[in-house]
Amino acid sequence: MSWLETVRSGLEAIAGHRLRSALTALGILIGVAAVIVTVGIGEGASSSVSAAISSLGTNLLIVSPGSTTTGLVRGGFGTASTLTYADAVALANKKDCPDISGVAPQLQRAETLVAGSQNWTTTVIGSTTQWLSVRDRTMAQGSFFDEADVKQDANVIVLGETTAQYLGLFDPVGQTVDVGNLPFTVIGVLTSAGSSSSSSNEDDLAVVPITTAEELLSGSSSLTSIYLQAASQSVMGAAYYEATDDLLELHGITDPANADFTITTQSSLLSTKTQVDNTLAFVLTGIAAISLLVGGIGVMNIMLVSVTERVKEIGLRKAVGATPNVILRQFLVEATALGLIGGIVGAGLGLIADVLIPALSSSQVAISPTAIVLAVGVSMLIGIGFGAYPAYRAARLAPIEALRSE
Amino acid sequence: MSQAPLIRFDKVWKTYQTGAEPVHALQGVSISVYEGEYISIVGPSGSGKSTFMHILGCLDVPTSGQYYLAGTDVSHMDEHRLAEVRNRRIGFVFQQFHLLPRLSAWRNVELPLIYAGVDRKTRKLKALEALESVGLADRVGHLPNQLSGGQQQRVAVARALITEPDVLLADEPTGNLDSRSSQDVMQMLASLHAAGRTIVLITHEMDVATAAERIMRFRDGQFVAAGADAG
Repeated sequence: MSWLETVRSGLEAIAGHRLRSALTALGILIGVAAVIVTVGIGEGASSSVSAAISSLGTNLLIVSPGSTTTGLVRGGFGTASTLTYADAVALANKKDCPDISGVAPQLQRAETLVAGSQNWTTTVIGSTTQWLSVRDRTMAQGSFFDEADVKQDANVIVLGETTAQYLGLFDPVGQTVDVGNLPFTVIGVLTSAGSSSSSSNEDDLAVVPITTAEELLSGSSSLTSIYLQAASQSVMGAAYYEATDDLLELHGITDPANADFTITTQSSLLSTKTQVDNTLAFVLTGIAAISLLVGGIGVMNIMLVSVTERVKEIGLRKAVGATPNVILRQFLVEATALGLIGGIVGAGLGLIADVLIPALSSSQVAISPTAIVLAVGVSMLIGIGFGAYPAYRAARLAPIEALRSE
Repeated sequence: MSQAPLIRFDKVWKTYQTGAEPVHALQGVSISVYEGEYISIVGPSGSGKSTFMHILGCLDVPTSGQYYLAGTDVSHMDEHRLAEVRNRRIGFVFQQFHLLPRLSAWRNVELPLIYAGVDRKTRKLKALEALESVGLADRVGHLPNQLSGGQQQRVAVARALITEPDVLLADEPTGNLDSRSSQDVMQMLASLHAAGRTIVLITHEMDVATAAERIMRFRDGQFVAAGADAG
């Protein structure tokens, strides 16, 4: 009996019990759909975090006060106040730190901005003129503040795109925005950091000269963070050590273990993220494995019922010349087809969910071809694996016993 | 009859070990059946004639003794080879018809050819021919439950004959049929015999058995009061 005949006869047997076959395949179907959706959501979240990390700028080192490494974007806000503007100036010194090409200190705090009748609370960042290039941003309108503005503590402000929108400013440049009851002139608007929703907080901010921020907003000179830009990717390590040595010396600390600051790199953020991803993947794989196992047991259960129910058919087939191997193959093919049908329909539903979820919610979903191929493949293997024992039982049936059964 | 017998049983025993006591279903059965013969085997239930039929049909193997089918010793073959022998040399007609309920008449008839490895086109052609020869040309697409008992048994006969087997083994072929259909089937067997088929008919009804040329009585695992050359 050729494979083609075997497959045809297997599919006929499945078609002969539509409801039962559908219910059997359902177990595997749900498992496969769950795998595809969870992997899709996992990968989607992971890629949006990656995008957020790289949207901070390129070749960045982030110096945070204290020993906390939390607060990727807001840079340890509220932790120990050990970084000063003087530190930032020292790090900008080309002689001590030749591999650091840009320094942008950040002094940031949430403030309420008022424009006419609109008000909006956002992150106000005090920084230097280098902020724009270190943070890899460009201007959409107007210009960034210059050295003169920094020297004169000028009351000028640059708005993020979203902030300008929320303040109801359609042509913001030249308009006045009140921050802490002081009037600031809007001199420019930043280009959006990116289209992904995850980087929206990079578009909802306002930047003022650091001198202005020190006096008017914070009243102190301790910085929230210092963004350092290495001259290139290859000197990231060198820049890291230069910055560490320089700051340890400035702060009079001899043992690096006692450092009152932390320097994070984008790659260290990414590797933390990778660890989180791996844990997530492990958990998801476990869930998927369990649901597929349950589906597989369902297949085995139904195949055993099917063998019992078709004892006479098996006997007759054997009487007219089916060898044990042919019977084994026939039942294996049936179980495999059940698994495969569940896998394919499950993959289809998973894909539909992958498309619908981003449309209905804000989460990003990546469609993973690997997960689809793997899930369908595994569902087929489950059919073979869990179909093996029932098929073996069918093949072993003695023809006379089988024909005699009523 | 000078040619070698088609079927030869030589002191065949079949012993079942069911409980503490072994049951000797066949006790040294010897018989020869020649090509073209039509013999019937009668005996009460429990006489061992079913066991005899199973071994004759290569559905089971003897505990001891030899069974030669067309000159080949089939008494020690494994399941795989027995399946091949059944497929090629034996055509079964059962009391229960044993048609697959989800397959149409012609698909039931082609079944042995599938296991013989015949291609699809030839199978269909032969199945339709076989159904025509049993007078069911207009029922080829019907499912078994759309056919009368007599028609179902005719489908079974067509299936049994499709591989051109050496022996047609009919086990109580009229047991589930009304008298008209029974007559029908018996007439069919008679005409097959007339056409040269070797037929072994197993029954417990004497008036059915008399249709055969030679009647063998079975009792307590042996032939008794044998006809011409049993032994």
